[in-house]
Amino acid sequence: MTNEEIRQAVIDILSDISPEEDLENLDDNTPFRDQLSLDSMDVMDIILELRKRYRVNIPEEDYGKLDTMTNTVAYLEPSLKEM
Amino acid sequence: MELPEEQRIVITGIGLTAPNGNSLTDFRSALLTGKSGVQDYEIRYFGKTLAGICHFDALKYQSRKDLRRGTRAGSVAVYCTNEALMDAGIDIKCADRSQVGVFLGITEHGNVETENEIYQISQFGYDCKYWSHHHNPRTVANNPAGEVTLNLGITGPHYTIGAACAAGNAGLIQGVQMLRLRECDLALAGGVSESIHTFGIFAAFAAETALASHRHPAQASRPFDKQRNGIVVSEGGAVYVLERLSDATLRGAKIYGEIIGYAMNSDASDYILPNTERQIECMMKALDKAGLAPNEVDIVSTHATATVQGDIQEIKALRQVFAGCKTTYINNTKSYIGHAMGAAGVLELAGNLPSFEDGVCHPTINVDELDPECEINNLVVNKPQPLGDIRVILNNSFGMVGINSVLIVKKYVH
Repeated sequence: MTNEEIRQAVIDILSDISPEEDLENLDDNTPFRDQLSLDSMDVMDIILELRKRYRVNIPEEDYGKLDTMTNTVAYLEPSLKEM
Repeated sequence: MELPEEQRIVITGIGLTAPNGNSLTDFRSALLTGKSGVQDYEIRYFGKTLAGICHFDALKYQSRKDLRRGTRAGSVAVYCTNEALMDAGIDIKCADRSQVGVFLGITEHGNVETENEIYQISQFGYDCKYWSHHHNPRTVANNPAGEVTLNLGITGPHYTIGAACAAGNAGLIQGVQMLRLRECDLALAGGVSESIHTFGIFAAFAAETALASHRHPAQASRPFDKQRNGIVVSEGGAVYVLERLSDATLRGAKIYGEIIGYAMNSDASDYILPNTERQIECMMKALDKAGLAPNEVDIVSTHATATVQGDIQEIKALRQVFAGCKTTYINNTKSYIGHAMGAAGVLELAGNLPSFEDGVCHPTINVDELDPECEINNLVVNKPQPLGDIRVILNNSFGMVGINSVLIVKKYVH
């Protein structure tokens, strides 16, 4: 997957777990929780959906690395680039 | 002896969703025109069957995110409660929400969500790492009532009452008691069910040879008919706004009726089979609490689910309690909507309450040939029966593991 494809994969997950959000104007460098109404349950949803859809296992100590879109794509790139 | 107004509890709002109507007006109209809500249905593992399916607008009071997070029972409860408050003319934002209680009867809760999660992890080799963190808040037994408090910002007490198919009445009884104890000033009480979304309930009723089948879905639920062959499982809900009479009159509320008597008891005899003697005792106890003789009841809303044995047992009980009561009429609502489980009692009562105004007893439908063992005087069959002045309704709801509930509502006259 390219970085753009990874980004779209995250957008797809966000649109499923928080359908009312405006994701078209998402700022990739601003934390998700500062611009979207996400709570801790939603963050766990993102982790679970990444596991289900792409078999990516993210250890709990890394959850904080998925704070912005840019950081999320960078974190996922090593795992997904060969997909 | 009449209770003081602070102890008299009245119904001032009703919100509901039934397979044949999403408001009391539409539901009543369906019951007077013989409109069934039973449809063809298919569910994972079990396959094709029949069910009573509700078609309310779930997005009327919740976001898509709320619906994804919550449960169908929660969604039913949120819809019904908002509709009930609107019907009662109460703006909850202006009320003291710490004094509002939510009390909902359920037959069961959590089976749907557990089956869904097990199905999900089955797609991943049953690896529990794929189990959702939403499972806990979705399956706690208070979920449907709790979702109402989340939706409306209610901070008073909330919980569900697990009472099998006697649960709807039990929810109302809880509301009455909490108001009388002054534990709350407004009770949002009733019952809900999401049971059609669990394959297990269909499989279990089939295993008990108690699941209805019929080539015409609308004719499948046929209490008291000779050809009845079991239960049509349904979803649904009804929430009532309950208030002390003193509060209701103070704000000039519309009053549907007053809950003047109730009773609950246990069979202590069988896991599944009902017990006529205990049903009789429950009805007599409720009548005693209401200070009524049996012949003062105008309509008996039966629990009958269209199982061969259950219908006969209830009719036996009714023949004894209402022997010689020439002006007591008997009807049934499951014949239209199937068995809405935790919502059954409150939907069936709600369907009858407009009779205080229109003077008509709606019939039980789908009786082509009355089972002689279900014959009883004044059973209203297949066409509505105008009765004139209807003042008292007795509502039966019975459930598995031997639980009975009876509620008596009287027309309120200023």
